[in-house]
Amino acid sequence: MTPTIALSGIHKRFGANEVLKGVSLEAREGEVISIIGASGSGKSTLLRCIPLLETPEAGSIAIGGETVRMRSKGGRAAPADAHQVNRLRASLGFVFQNFNLWAHMTVLQNVIEAPVHVQKRPRAEAIAEAEALLEKVGLAEKRDAYPAQLSGGQQQRTAIARALAMRPRALLFDEPTSALDPELVGEVLRVIRDLAAEGRTMLIVTHEMAFAADVSTRAIFLHDGQIEEQGPPARIFNAPTSDRTRAFIARHLNR
Amino acid sequence: MDFDFLSDTMGKLLAGVPMTLELALISTTAGAVLAVLLAVARAAFVPAAWFVRGYVYVLRGTPLLLQIFLIYYGLGQFAWVRDTILWPFLRQPYWCAILALTINTAAYGAEIIRGGLQSVPAGAVEAGRAAGMPRLLLYRRIILPIAIRQALPAYGNEIITMVKATSLASIVTLMELSGIAYSIISETYRALEVFLCAGTIYLVITFVLTRAVAGVETWLNPHLRASRT
Repeated sequence: MTPTIALSGIHKRFGANEVLKGVSLEAREGEVISIIGASGSGKSTLLRCIPLLETPEAGSIAIGGETVRMRSKGGRAAPADAHQVNRLRASLGFVFQNFNLWAHMTVLQNVIEAPVHVQKRPRAEAIAEAEALLEKVGLAEKRDAYPAQLSGGQQQRTAIARALAMRPRALLFDEPTSALDPELVGEVLRVIRDLAAEGRTMLIVTHEMAFAADVSTRAIFLHDGQIEEQGPPARIFNAPTSDRTRAFIARHLNR
Repeated sequence: MDFDFLSDTMGKLLAGVPMTLELALISTTAGAVLAVLLAVARAAFVPAAWFVRGYVYVLRGTPLLLQIFLIYYGLGQFAWVRDTILWPFLRQPYWCAILALTINTAAYGAEIIRGGLQSVPAGAVEAGRAAGMPRLLLYRRIILPIAIRQALPAYGNEIITMVKATSLASIVTLMELSGIAYSIISETYRALEVFLCAGTIYLVITFVLTRAVAGVETWLNPHLRASRT
């Protein structure tokens, strides 16, 4: 079966700092992959490469079997076809660490914006679907509120509804709870857990080890821009083969 | 106090208000559209950035009065200008004044909008890109709506400046508020009363305008209003 997301040999550098050193990764439909690793290991950059929010210097990205066409522009790699990139981006849902809601729009407007203006779906249909999604993340009564009126947890749940409204083939979470007060983490993790139970394809970059161990079907430990170890979470979190993985897990589970 | 003279003067001056408002309305509207185009061009296209910088530098660096003179007296000296389809407009002081006011306010406006564009949070733009928005849509739906809201208080200032700047149009024979005031003074030599009357009318216009801008600000920013409660 065609993998939902296929990355192969991804390299990315920021100036002299080589952040990703040839990472390959396939996510099949229904997989929930947690990506863990120390700060600076490249896990967020890897996730951001999938919808081309970062452009890798080398390697290939395929979404739903369609490979992103690249070209060389002034000696640097760049997407060859902006339309293709936009179309593929619209087929994914991305949830940011800092929510990144549009402050001038209400919760409902945030959720229907891309379905109506990017995917050109009928407004009434988008609103009906958005209301169902807000119900699902527990924010039905906040539909007319503005982001500034919401708590961090409510903002992140809005952002998840916004990502779901794209009817994405995969959801990408970039440290979705790192910017939240500790007492608000639970409500967001609960929503993500429900989505995993629905069998959605998800990639989650996270520092919540217990959550990652519990929710994912596969865990990937990234170290210094490369995949150090990957496998079923039961093995990665309880019996890792790599010393680096073991040290990292021990440090994080003891906190 | 000669109340008969004052009320007579007021009546005559008020006849010039429509012209003043017309000049201000047309030039600030056209100027605002031009300002947005200039600011976006400067932000989005590297080659255009130098043109916009030059434009802003020249138009902010020279007096508006000089710009009005240059357009009204200067343009007609070029034979090819007289041959264009624009000449029926450019030979009239009215359109010359509007052109000068428009390109002048566009220079200031472009700088105000540029400030607004810089204050758009990078995360909001990134969320739009991640949703698959093409650049034009991103500007129309996310970047400009946020930038314009940020720029509005400063832009209100510019609009008020423009209303008062329309008084310079009297220098190319236009009988707007100030033009009428000069002509009454040249007949009556009663500068104090006439200018006080004219000043009062400008004050009233400015007062209404500041309230209107504040109203638009409130209307466009329910998200800020809500967060303060």
